[in-house]
Amino acid sequence: MTAVAEHSSADVVDADPALQVEGLTVDIRTISGTVRAVNDVSFEARRGETLALLGESGCGKSMTATALVGLLEPVAEVTAGSAKLTGRDGVADLLAVDRKTRRRLAGTELAIVFQDALTALNPLYTVGTQLAEPFQIHHGMKSKEAKAKAVELMARVGIPQPETRLNSYPHQFSGGMRQRLLIAMAVALNPRVLIADEPTTALDVTVQAQIMELLRGLRSEYDMAVVLITHDLALVAEEADRVAVMYAGNIVETGLVSEVFANPRHPYTKGLLDSVPVNAVRGEELKSIGGAPPDLHSIPQGCAYQARCPLAQDVCRTTRPTLNPVGSRHQSACHFPQEVVNV
Amino acid sequence: MSDQLLQVRDLRKTFRVPGSKTGLTALDGITLDVGRGETLGLVGESGCGKSTLARTLMMLERPDSGSVTFDGIDPFSLRGKDLLKFRRRVQMVFQDPYASLNSRMSAGDLISEPWRTHKTLYASRSARETRVRELLDLVGLGAKAADKYPQEFSGGQRQRIGIARALALNPDVVICDEPVSALDLSVQAQVLNLLNDLQKELGIAYVFISHDLSVVRHVADRVAVMYLGRIIESGPTEAVFQSPSHPYTAALMSAAPKLDAAHRGERILLKGEVPSPLNPPSGCRFRTRCWKATDICAAERPPLAVDPHSATHGAECHHPLVGEPALSASA
Amino acid sequence: MSTQLDLVPVKPTTAIVGEASPRKSGRAVWFRLLANDRVAACAAVVLALVLLTALFGPMLIGNVATSIDLDNSNQAPFTLAHGWANVLGTDPLGRSMLARLIVASRTTLSVAIPAVVISAVIGSLIGMWAGFYRGWRETVAMRVADVIMSFPSLLLAVVVLYVFSPSAANIVAVLALTRIPVYLRTARAESAELQSRLFVDAARTFGASAPSIITRHVLPIVLPTLLTVATLDFCYVMLAESSLSFLGIGIQPPDVSWGLMVAQGRTYLNSAWWLSFFPGLAIVITTVSATILAAWARIATDPGQRWRLTVPQKRLSRFTKTGKAL
Repeated sequence: MTAVAEHSSADVVDADPALQVEGLTVDIRTISGTVRAVNDVSFEARRGETLALLGESGCGKSMTATALVGLLEPVAEVTAGSAKLTGRDGVADLLAVDRKTRRRLAGTELAIVFQDALTALNPLYTVGTQLAEPFQIHHGMKSKEAKAKAVELMARVGIPQPETRLNSYPHQFSGGMRQRLLIAMAVALNPRVLIADEPTTALDVTVQAQIMELLRGLRSEYDMAVVLITHDLALVAEEADRVAVMYAGNIVETGLVSEVFANPRHPYTKGLLDSVPVNAVRGEELKSIGGAPPDLHSIPQGCAYQARCPLAQDVCRTTRPTLNPVGSRHQSACHFPQEVVNV
Repeated sequence: MSDQLLQVRDLRKTFRVPGSKTGLTALDGITLDVGRGETLGLVGESGCGKSTLARTLMMLERPDSGSVTFDGIDPFSLRGKDLLKFRRRVQMVFQDPYASLNSRMSAGDLISEPWRTHKTLYASRSARETRVRELLDLVGLGAKAADKYPQEFSGGQRQRIGIARALALNPDVVICDEPVSALDLSVQAQVLNLLNDLQKELGIAYVFISHDLSVVRHVADRVAVMYLGRIIESGPTEAVFQSPSHPYTAALMSAAPKLDAAHRGERILLKGEVPSPLNPPSGCRFRTRCWKATDICAAERPPLAVDPHSATHGAECHHPLVGEPALSASA
Repeated sequence: MSTQLDLVPVKPTTAIVGEASPRKSGRAVWFRLLANDRVAACAAVVLALVLLTALFGPMLIGNVATSIDLDNSNQAPFTLAHGWANVLGTDPLGRSMLARLIVASRTTLSVAIPAVVISAVIGSLIGMWAGFYRGWRETVAMRVADVIMSFPSLLLAVVVLYVFSPSAANIVAVLALTRIPVYLRTARAESAELQSRLFVDAARTFGASAPSIITRHVLPIVLPTLLTVATLDFCYVMLAESSLSFLGIGIQPPDVSWGLMVAQGRTYLNSAWWLSFFPGLAIVITTVSATILAAWARIATDPGQRWRLTVPQKRLSRFTKTGKAL
């Protein structure tokens, strides 16, 4: 059984973005002061496309997702920005809606799939009950009808013998199956936007391939905008159409995946691409990014990447670079984007 | 072969599971060799038994049968002082840099902890302090790190502390259990470079366990692929990666996402998931997911099929992929 | 190879950036955590006062507590007409209530604290040992704990103290014995969980012996939990001692404890209410403060829960986990 991994990155559809985030800023209150975990982040997600938020741990990509769906920890707070979701009933700003509207949007227009399926599913309820829940809440279906829908859903995501497995509990499924269940719950009501937060990080690579194929199929079937949050560059290269690279809470580069990976215009992106042991010769040193990940408590003035950047100059220490166009639909937040090629 | 530092023959280990008659067969006859100063990569997905193998080689578990020979000695026959002395020769770097270091001990304490049990190694306090500084320098952390606590370090630096601790007893073999899986990409490269440098400088052999194929391809001299308790393919790294004989190896390589489009071939999607180790399939364990499976695969255990191009490259398969075009072309 | 040392533990998926801060001096962080929770801070101050009174009080007041003055017997409190020492009233023998309370505090604490310490040390050691080894050691230790727990502790104390004379040492011994299972079970549970952790495995790989692993790894981690348990247990032991003295088999006159004072005031409840009231109040204040401090300690020593002490109280009360206010 083979399938070809393909997505047309050249196929740029200029539709209205399903999700438009502008200037999102999240602050976290800690014992030793307030920390800016997400700083002025803006991006768009279009239907039928996958946007990847790429970055390492602590860069703020997961916090961006949780802020959008309204699940921030109590110590974290959205201090600025808007997130316009274009749904069936018009445009709503996710960061400004009241609870009632948010409940209405959850699942029907915006859905999220988390990394750890075991903790995201309630261990005390059967899978059938949990899958039927969205239908009962939003479409007011009766239990029997909703369960029938749940069976349909399970079949769609590739769970064998769905009728019998309706009454199983989450712990009775394997990791890959549980992730399929989470995805099923997320797409149950045909949301416009699906956020997948490291959906396959905890899975084996063969299962990962299956799950990503499933997501691709669902994306085209439901014409969803997918926001894929990950640290895996190869996964981005294969699955995403556009990418936004994040570092220390900022977006440092954004554009089409094919363009950004072929011609990176930010030293961090280039450094990441070089760190992947792809063509490296056995026994030779890997090119690595010097230094260590940033301490969000003490981001220096100017560019957050200056401590690790081989191109850092005085201007980098004084002025924070903003996203500027460096090509067709390609932006980079660097003072010296043209020099990156020499890094 | 006498220049093989570590020889494992037909190692078996089954765990008793309440409610199951057969128990969980974690290791079902493992045979492998590790030469001096070389790196053996061990690849496999969850449930394949690589963690159990690592723990058995570290003597944290006793095998049910089979033999382990380390430099001519059977470590499981040792007792008391001899056993203690032997433990110095094999050390381990753990996967989780957060869980493997006690967060209430400083870096210096952590690195010198092995010497509290092996008191003869560095007898005086000053000798120990000097050696701690040397080790910290060796792993690139600097002597001042000795007084700091794990919380003050990043994941990559914690892993360096773990590596320094593993080197404290001057081992001959270090078993690295997914040493970079929990680390960020930018840090991963640093730690891999460090391991490489240490091997060149100290001549240590590594058993490098990982699920990340690109990492294994970069670090290992030889590679062994595990599935449900058996090594289903092994051989020199390039031979295995360029022309995998076993369908599972091919599927594994095809499933891993690749940065460079030129390396992507037709993707093989396996059916279903890994069967439960409590109830493995008869005959060839991989047959339930294999597209080449026939009747003989259910009936008989597959024999070892040796690659005609490379005498040390073999796979356990009734229908090996020998001679078929490589599914992941290399640059 | 770089020698940069940054100060951020970068955990793959965590939102609690609070853990990332550089290691400030341990004390500063604890004081801040305590100061943030005003109620707990008050409780700590009260307990400190009680402790100081018990330590230095009797010295400062000399023999005011024992000076009998039959002219002043059973005087009401809250007036300075009979001298500052009698501001809380006097007992039937004219002794100052305030002074007796101060002296009694020392007796009460000198029974409660040793009992807690002894039971904590014995129970924890056995518990850690049993939990680490598992197997028959664990089973035996748990069954012994079950046996001790199955006796109503107060009844056991009554019997023991009736058979042997009720001296302070005997009281401490019997109270300690009945409280051992609490520590034993807690320590065993934590130890059993810790012995399967990765850093313990690491210690085993270089051949460390079990006792050294327990001392080096298990003990420092179990200690905060045990201290929290001990704080709560302190309340129980104080109340137990008070009950025993109330029943007449605890502290014997002329020694005085709060419980004994309550007992002695029983017959005067209608006429001289202050005789039982003030010692009772002292017991209540001390136990409530200790309980509050224990609740604070439970949150403060748990890195996962510590954030509750960093969010201002007003904001915290509006939150449930799902109904986040926007």
